[in-house]
Amino acid sequence: MIEENSGLHAEAAGTEWSYAPAPESLKVEIAEKYGLFINGRFVAPKSHKYFPTINPASEETLSQIAEAGGRDVEAAVAAAKAAQPAWARLKPTERAKFLFRIARRIQERTNELAVLETMDNGKPIAESRNVDLPLVAQHFFYHAGWCDKLKYAFPGRDPKPLGVCGQIIPWNFPLLMMAWKLAPALACGNTCVIKPAETTSLTALRLAEIFREIDLPPGVVNIVTGAGATGQMIVRHKAVNKIAFTGSTEVGKQIAAACADTDKRLTLELGGKSPHIIFENAALDQAIEGAITGIYFNQGHVCCAGSRLLVQESILDEVVSRLRERIKSLRMGDPLDKNTDVGAINSAEQLATVRYYIESGLEEGASIINSSDEPLPERGYWCRPCFFTDVQPSQLIAREEIFGPVLAVMSFRTPEEAISKANNTPYGLAAGIWTDKGSKMFEMAKRLKAGVVWCNGYNLFDPASPFGGYKESGFGREGGLQGLSAYVRM
Amino acid sequence: MIARPVDSVMLQQRAAALARRSIKGEAKMAGLRMALSMLDLTTLEGKDSPQKVKALCRKAIRPHDKPIDPPLPSVAAVCVYPAMVKIAREALAGSSVKVASVATAFPSGQFPMEVRLADVQRAVEDGADEIDMVINRGAFLSGHHDVVAEEIRKVKIACEHAHLKIILEVGELETYDNIRRASDLAIEAASCEPFGEALANGEVFIKTSTGKMQPAATPPAVLAMLEAIRDHYLKTGVKIGMKPAGGISTAKQALQYLVMVKETLGEQWLTPKLFRFGASSLANDLLRQIVKQTTGGYVAKHDFSDA
Repeated sequence: MIEENSGLHAEAAGTEWSYAPAPESLKVEIAEKYGLFINGRFVAPKSHKYFPTINPASEETLSQIAEAGGRDVEAAVAAAKAAQPAWARLKPTERAKFLFRIARRIQERTNELAVLETMDNGKPIAESRNVDLPLVAQHFFYHAGWCDKLKYAFPGRDPKPLGVCGQIIPWNFPLLMMAWKLAPALACGNTCVIKPAETTSLTALRLAEIFREIDLPPGVVNIVTGAGATGQMIVRHKAVNKIAFTGSTEVGKQIAAACADTDKRLTLELGGKSPHIIFENAALDQAIEGAITGIYFNQGHVCCAGSRLLVQESILDEVVSRLRERIKSLRMGDPLDKNTDVGAINSAEQLATVRYYIESGLEEGASIINSSDEPLPERGYWCRPCFFTDVQPSQLIAREEIFGPVLAVMSFRTPEEAISKANNTPYGLAAGIWTDKGSKMFEMAKRLKAGVVWCNGYNLFDPASPFGGYKESGFGREGGLQGLSAYVRM
Repeated sequence: MIARPVDSVMLQQRAAALARRSIKGEAKMAGLRMALSMLDLTTLEGKDSPQKVKALCRKAIRPHDKPIDPPLPSVAAVCVYPAMVKIAREALAGSSVKVASVATAFPSGQFPMEVRLADVQRAVEDGADEIDMVINRGAFLSGHHDVVAEEIRKVKIACEHAHLKIILEVGELETYDNIRRASDLAIEAASCEPFGEALANGEVFIKTSTGKMQPAATPPAVLAMLEAIRDHYLKTGVKIGMKPAGGISTAKQALQYLVMVKETLGEQWLTPKLFRFGASSLANDLLRQIVKQTTGGYVAKHDFSDA
C-alpha cells in the first residue's frame, strides 16, 4: 500500500519549474449599464431598476444590469407573441440560415465571449474557450440542420411550433444553457423570452448583439434580465405556451406548481447528486481523471457533477491516495490565466452554501482532504477543491447537492451494492461507470436510475445526445431528437 | 504481474489538456534550456560516418556557436550506432556529454540473443555510458512476456555499469494497454535480482521508440508510460527514467512533454538524469526559440549548424 509520505510533489531534486502567469490578453468592452433586449432593440427597463453584476474572482463590479419588472416582461412576451406567426411561417431553410449565422458568428467571436463568460462567471478561461463556446456553436449548428427536416424527425406526424417559450437558465454555464434553450425552440418555429441568471447576464446580452448583427427578426428572441421575481412573472404569464427551466430542484418544484393548473408545456432540468462508480478492474489512471473532471470541472458548478464517488472496497485506499496526489496538481487561481484549472465560486451566496456543507461534513465526522493549504486570495470567492473520506451514505454531504468542488468518497463491495447505493437518492441526473468489462458496464447502465450514464468517461456532451433527469432531477430532455420534441406540438 | 488496463478516451483527453498549458516568459526560457540539457542528440543512419559523428559531438558539447548569456548547457548525450561509439567517446573526452549507443540489433532486434548480447558488450567495452536496447516485440505480441523479461534481464546484466534504456517501440505495440503492460514488464524485469531496489535513480529508462517507424512518441503513449513509472516509484521509491523519441522536432512539443512530466511525476523528474528527448532536429528549434526569447526576433534557420 502506498505510504502517505511518498508524495510525488513533496521533494524537488529535479528542476524547479513553475509556470509564469499567462493571463488572457484580450480586453473586452463592457458597457456601464445594460438594458433589456426586447423586440430587437436594447431598451431601458420600465422598472427603472438596475442591479450590479460582479466579477467573482475580484469582487469588482463589471456593469449594471436592468431588472425587468412586470411591464418589461409584458412587453417582452408581447413582442415574442407578435413575432411568432411570421417566424413559424418563414421557409424552414430560411430559419436554418439564421441559426447557422448565429453559430458562425459565435465561432468568430469566441475569444471575446469566452473572456466575458470567465469574467462574469469565474470559470477558467481554458474551460470557457475550449469547452463552453465550442459546444454553444455546435448546438446552434446541430439545430440549424433540423429546421427543414422536422417532418423527418417525427415521421408520420405533423410537428407544429408551440408558440412563445419562456426560458429560465442558471449561472453555471450561462451561454451554453442559453444555446440549449434557444436553438431547439427557434429551429421548431417558436419565439422566446429568456431570462439569464442574475449573476451572469453579460454574455446573454452579448449574444443579443449577435442577433442584431445577423438581422434576426425583432421579437424572435427577447432577453429579460433580473432575479427570481422576473422569472416568476414569465412563468405566470398567460401568453407563454411553454416553460423550460434549468436550475435548482427547489425552484423547479415551485415552477411545476405554478404551471400545474395551466396548459403550459413544461420541462425541468434540475439538480443532481450523481454517482460515479469505479470497479476494481477499471483503467485506474483514467478513472481518477474521470473522477477529477467529474467533480472539479467548472468548480463543481455542474448539475451532473459526479459528486458521489463509489469505489470498490478492494481499491479504495489506492483510489484515495491517487486522488490525494492528483488534486494537489490542480491549479486554482485567476480564471483569466490560461493555466488555471479551478476558478472562483460564482457568488458569495453560493460560497456560503458550499462552506455550510463542508462544515456539516466535518461535524458529521467525515475526513476532509484539501488540494492545498496555501492561503486563498484576499478578494473574490474561493473554495479549494476537496474531497471527503469516511463518509456515511446518510450524511448531508452524501445526500444533498452541494454545487461546489466537494466530493464524497464512499465504498461498495458488490455490483448489487453499488447499484443500490447509487440509486439511493432523490435525484437521477447522471452516473458514471468505470470498468474494463463490457458486460458489467451494460448491466450497470441498464439498472442505474439516471438520465445520462457515462461509461469510462464523464462530462461528455454532444448536441445530438439527449440530456435530462429522473425523479427530482426533472423531466424532459434537451439535445437530440428527444430535445426537439419538447418544442413541437404534434 | 497484474495487467493495468488503459482507457484511450480519457488518456487522450488528459494528454490533450496538458498540451494546452501556456508556457510564457521566464518559464518558457527555463523550459527551453532544460529541454536542451535533456537532449540525446541522435544520428542513426546507415550512411553515418566518423566525420558526421564528430560533428554531432561538437554540437552536443557546444550547441550554439554564438555566445548566449547565461551560457547554454551541453546536451545530455549523443546517441549513435555501436560502430561509432569509439569515435564518439574520443570526441566527447573531457566533456559532460554521455555516449549512448543503441544495441541489441537495433532497430528490429531480430537477431539471436547471443548476437544481441555481444552487441551490448562490445558497445560497453568501447566506452558507451548508456545502452538503448530494443525489446523483443515479436515475443511480446505473441504473449511470451517471460521471454521478453528474461532478455531484458540478460541485457541489463551485460550493461554492467552502463545505464540502460529500454525501447518499447510503441508504434508496433499499437494499443495503450500493450504500452502500459510493456512498460510495467520492462521496469519490473530491469529491477529484478540482483538489482531490485538497489537500482540507482535513472539507471534504467523506458523509451518510446526507435525512431525508425511511425507512430513514434505520441503524448498519450508517453503519458501511459509516465504513469507506469509513477506507480513503480510509489511502490518502491525507485525512480525510472523516461525518454520519448521519434517525431519530436519542435520546441513547442518539447515544452508540452515537460509539462506532462511535471504534472504526472513532479518536478523531481525534471533532470537529464531522469528525462531525455531522443531527437536530432529538435536541437536547432530549441536554439532558435532561445535566441528569439533573448533577442526578440527569429533568426534564419541557416544560422544554426546542422550537426
